[in-house]
Amino acid sequence: MDVGQMQRQWIDYTKSLFLEGFLDGQFLQLQQLQDENNPDFVVEVVSLFFEDSERLLKDLTFALNQNGVDFKKVDAHVHQLKGSSSSIGAQRVKNACIAFRNFCEEQNTDACLRCLQQVKQEYCLVKNKLETLFGLEQQIVAAGGSIPTELSFSG
Amino acid sequence: MALETRFHVLAVDDSLIDRMLIERLLKTSSFNVTTVDSATKALKFLGLVEDELRTFETSVASEIHQDVDVNLIITDYCMPGMTGYDLLRKIKESKSLKNIPVVIMSSENVPSRINRCLEEGAEEFFLKPVQQADVNKLKPHLMKSRNKGDQDQEQEQDQHFHNKRKDMEAISSPNKTRLKCSS
Repeated sequence: MDVGQMQRQWIDYTKSLFLEGFLDGQFLQLQQLQDENNPDFVVEVVSLFFEDSERLLKDLTFALNQNGVDFKKVDAHVHQLKGSSSSIGAQRVKNACIAFRNFCEEQNTDACLRCLQQVKQEYCLVKNKLETLFGLEQQIVAAGGSIPTELSFSG
Repeated sequence: MALETRFHVLAVDDSLIDRMLIERLLKTSSFNVTTVDSATKALKFLGLVEDELRTFETSVASEIHQDVDVNLIITDYCMPGMTGYDLLRKIKESKSLKNIPVVIMSSENVPSRINRCLEEGAEEFFLKPVQQADVNKLKPHLMKSRNKGDQDQEQEQDQHFHNKRKDMEAISSPNKTRLKCSS
């Protein structure tokens, strides 16, 4: 595959992530903040998101499996996860967190456990997608190309 | 016309991701940026120290040093311990700091929260995630505070505040009953 083909593949893959709702406009904002002086900005922020999320999901699992569930704590964790997923544009994770918070308010443990599963699922999906995307970027750069900066949604 | 010196912004947020984002956004707009992860650290940086043994009403906490030159403070609302709102109040109560424009950020669109912050003297209230378009609104506030002695500027501020209230009322009208306020 030549660089041109790899770049087109990157564009198509990125578009699909938006069309399928995994990412929203905030991710575009992140990409726009990346430049020659900050070439790894997106990867850095997303890596932080992965670390943060994994910690929060562990804490949530622990908190919801206690005998007396502390819903304030659970809500605080979900609030954090909602915030960070929103900040990087991980739309489906964010939406799953919004639903989760409603059940925290109701103090419904079973529903919360189901929500946690949902959030974990969405997190795994978007993590895989983003890792694939970054893999494509590495290939482009290794082949001497640059990552496209214009994403036109005309196609 | 435009001053060559860069404006210095202090950004306060307990989320590392959000600190990274706001720092990048601000630097893109050619601001010098300092980030801290709590309101307490922000106060320390600004030279205000909490005197826990204060037994008298003071309009200003003990002020150690004023060699820190901060032109704008942007802070998250929801933070553990001291909130962004508390920080805003402390800044407005301080003789040396009250003229520094303060901007509040929040992930939640709570009209009463927004109004309370604006009434306490916040210049703007940004909904997270903060966008470049939001950051672009900051320069006018900074230019204004640089000329804070000018009466015309004060009148402009009142007009802006009036417009901001009107904008906020327009935003807040639909879902008045659904108010969610986390600590």
